[in-house]
Amino acid sequence: MSAVVGIESTHEHAEVHDHHVSQNFWQKYIFSEDHKVIAKQYLITGILWAVVGISMSIIFRIQLGMPDSNLSWLKPILGHWISDAGKLDPNFYLALVTMHGTIMVFFVLTAGLSGTFSNFLIPLQIGARDMASGFMNMLSYWFFFLASVIMFASMFLQTGPAAGGWVIYPPLSALPQAHPGSGMGMTLWLASMAFFIVSQLLGGINYITTVINLRTRGMSFDRLPLTIWAFLITAVLGLISFPVLLSSVLLLIFDRHFGTSFYLSDIYINGEALPNVGGSPILFQHLFWFLGHPEVYIVILPGLGITSEVIATNARKPIFGYRAMIASLIGIAFLAFIVWAHHMFVTGMNPFLGSVFMFLTLIIAVPSAVKGFNYITTLWRGNLVFTPGMLFSIGLVSLFVSGGLTGIILGNSALDIQLHDTYFVVAHFHVVMGAASAFGLFAGVYHWFPKMFGRMMNNTLGQLHFWLTFIGIYMIFIPMHYVGIAGFPRRYYQFTSYDFTHKFMDMNMFISIAAIFTFTAQFIFLWNFFYSIFKGKRAPLNPWRSNTLEWTTPVKLGHGNWEGEIPAVYRWSYDYSKPGSVEDFIPQNIPYSQTPESNFPHENDLISTEKEIEAQNFNDQFKSSH
Amino acid sequence: MYYIIAIVALVFIILTGVVIARLQNVLKSVKSNEQDSDDLPSGNSFNATMFLVVLVLGGIAVFWSYMHAREYFLPIASSVHGRRTDDLFWFSMGVLTIPFIFVNVLIFFFSWKYQYKKGNKATFYPDNHKLELIWTIIPAIVMALLVFTGWKAWSDITGEAPQDAEVIEITGKQFNWLTRYSGVNDNKLGNYNYKLIDSQNEVGIDLSDENSFDDFMGPASAIHIPVNRPVLLKIRARDVLHSVFIPHMRVKMDAVPGMPTKFWFVADKTTAEMRAELNDPDFNYELVCAEICGMGHFSMGTKLVVEDEASYRKWCAEQPTFLNSYPEYLAKVPDNLKAKAMKYLPEGSVTSAADTTATGGGVGSGTSSLR
Repeated sequence: MSAVVGIESTHEHAEVHDHHVSQNFWQKYIFSEDHKVIAKQYLITGILWAVVGISMSIIFRIQLGMPDSNLSWLKPILGHWISDAGKLDPNFYLALVTMHGTIMVFFVLTAGLSGTFSNFLIPLQIGARDMASGFMNMLSYWFFFLASVIMFASMFLQTGPAAGGWVIYPPLSALPQAHPGSGMGMTLWLASMAFFIVSQLLGGINYITTVINLRTRGMSFDRLPLTIWAFLITAVLGLISFPVLLSSVLLLIFDRHFGTSFYLSDIYINGEALPNVGGSPILFQHLFWFLGHPEVYIVILPGLGITSEVIATNARKPIFGYRAMIASLIGIAFLAFIVWAHHMFVTGMNPFLGSVFMFLTLIIAVPSAVKGFNYITTLWRGNLVFTPGMLFSIGLVSLFVSGGLTGIILGNSALDIQLHDTYFVVAHFHVVMGAASAFGLFAGVYHWFPKMFGRMMNNTLGQLHFWLTFIGIYMIFIPMHYVGIAGFPRRYYQFTSYDFTHKFMDMNMFISIAAIFTFTAQFIFLWNFFYSIFKGKRAPLNPWRSNTLEWTTPVKLGHGNWEGEIPAVYRWSYDYSKPGSVEDFIPQNIPYSQTPESNFPHENDLISTEKEIEAQNFNDQFKSSH
Repeated sequence: MYYIIAIVALVFIILTGVVIARLQNVLKSVKSNEQDSDDLPSGNSFNATMFLVVLVLGGIAVFWSYMHAREYFLPIASSVHGRRTDDLFWFSMGVLTIPFIFVNVLIFFFSWKYQYKKGNKATFYPDNHKLELIWTIIPAIVMALLVFTGWKAWSDITGEAPQDAEVIEITGKQFNWLTRYSGVNDNKLGNYNYKLIDSQNEVGIDLSDENSFDDFMGPASAIHIPVNRPVLLKIRARDVLHSVFIPHMRVKMDAVPGMPTKFWFVADKTTAEMRAELNDPDFNYELVCAEICGMGHFSMGTKLVVEDEASYRKWCAEQPTFLNSYPEYLAKVPDNLKAKAMKYLPEGSVTSAADTTATGGGVGSGTSSLR
């Protein structure tokens, strides 16, 4: 192993870090410009939001699964939203559904997942001291924090938070007289989202710039780990689509406060015909889903990137079809922009347009299938080590495929007529983007926790957490598909109003119990996470025996990541179990000249380029700027 | 149903217990020989076995729950296109079940089969273009097949309604549905304007259009439609988005303020036939809202009565036209059309109203014959 441990640190660069020692508490932990601290800020905020968001889903699952239950015990938290008879207020039910969606999609799975791991891994895995702009990166987090504060505050309004569904379709969201949640709650929702988008753009520009400009010597694009590819493409998706959401949000703000008619026309409400004419509610849906669909890929692609890395490492095997994985990422990202209207098949959109979007939508299945098969082939004849991160990655592949398949049904516009806005849709996207991305988040946390905090999480608790969560997710969402096939519409406060929903009472109860069970299992993770930050076992340098650059940094790493020179990169990150090599992994910073026993012929040819790589610019931000 | 769920739940609870017990054992054994353990995480072979156990038990649970939930799946389709999309749905589901099983079995089985074994070395197998080509092309072909069948069905369903379709207007408002029938005489709906809406003229019927004279508003209790004849729903919304959803007819279309939408279908089972088929004398078709529209969203529904042509005709004839219900709206009819409007007024009011509009009526009939 000694040959593989890493580049010796050279002392002449140690003085580079001197000025960082003097940082005070505020600079170091609060308004930090260090990408690792910002990543942890994103992660902890994301976890707190997840607790809030999932707790909300438990409350409405109780309402749906046990409609007769007395919820008086929630009165201390929810106050007047629980009636004296112990019933949940129907308006607040809608608010819960809306906030659950908003929080989970934007604050947990976008900021918490992409924000955490893009920030943490991009500089570490490409060999950079920090992000291209540490200051913008800090701003990005604090805009997110501001958005969080505003969204959180909206939950304590007398009229409740926004309640028009997370998609906030106008006119419902535009007319305060249509619903109490469309008053101040919606104003704050829109303000919060505007700041959130600013945060995403600041972050995204940084991610892209950093990946393009700050790769270390020898880190060509075809040697980038798939995580970085995924984060890069995610950032591009966000950069193109979030501004469209911002403009649609702004137009909605204009309609709400300045009397414009972008989304409003021919409305008679509360005994009054509104003067607005000429607008179109469908316009909002087009704009919203132009972000909204890429958004689901913004959520899942980082998960797929993390999975690629974790599976390869723990299968002790190169990821199968590295180039196909990149191509399918790019393919999915491209298609993500031209399928948005499949959310709108039954809005009265031109049927021809529906056909076009159905066709484009089903094409996405092809690159997705490639990814699925490539993961499976990576498992094939591997030597699988079931770390919690690995378990969650395997779980992600299963969920991604299972949930993706029902998407093929929904992408078919003829079938969507019946299934649109039923629980079939809810089950589909919860499996394919909700649970699968959450599994990506868990995999990432378990895998990179040693790098983040210098300590190990408890392995056994992690495995227990996986099995309970994995089984729980399927127990919730497989039956939910059944409920959807029976035609149960979503966002219903209760199912007792109709004959056709007067069945599956026990099934809904089962789903709710499974949800509570799965929710409870997450406390194992919470405990493991927070306990291990302070009391976990000290982490070794490279606990998973991984190839990527972050494991060449010291266990307790300061701002700047590497103590000496930034290592150069000579090979791709997937040289696991290479024939001829004694060790079953060869890190990226080991030159081919040191591993003659395992080189392929074309790699021997690359030995001559090593001098060139070493002679390249260091790309060392700290050195050039100081 | 309860007992199946209880059993499934029991299986998982037992499974959970087994996991915890086993993990505790593993934990103990790890603690006892922590020194000599290599870098392999504890419980590796146990986790590998769990994949196999979960695969088998999970497979059984999915199959079992599916078989028992099946009776409540897609309610019996009562429209012509509905049976077609149902067939397509089950065909697609059948096709997709194959990769669902195949992929999950591979994931779980490989996880078990290729678990870490000391001394084993993973196969260095970075790519195989032929394999990748195969699993790019096969999904592409299957997708093409599904797209084609779906596309054909979709274009037929969303195509133009036949000429003889019964035209019914349905308007969503918080939180109920308003229907307007095109009347017994012309099968044409009159114009509307949302600015004309008031507490009686709930959909803003424009009485300056003569087609509106024989229009009548359906009762709130139920919507009536004829069997075996195309019905064209002209869908509108008055305040916020709603969505017409008739589960048994496989009909769903959003109601959008400012943008009329439509959906046509042929119901081919009367309510009475369905009652007989289901052996449920209380059965009713329902029309509900499927797009979040506010507090009453979950209860914004009405009944749908499908009846044979004769009784539908009879029912229509019994319904008072809008003008008959609210004769005072005659004042909104332009003078030249008042005579035409007159015959839809209730018996008693005709004479009094006729005096004031006799001259106007004469002109009205003149212009309409000129057209």
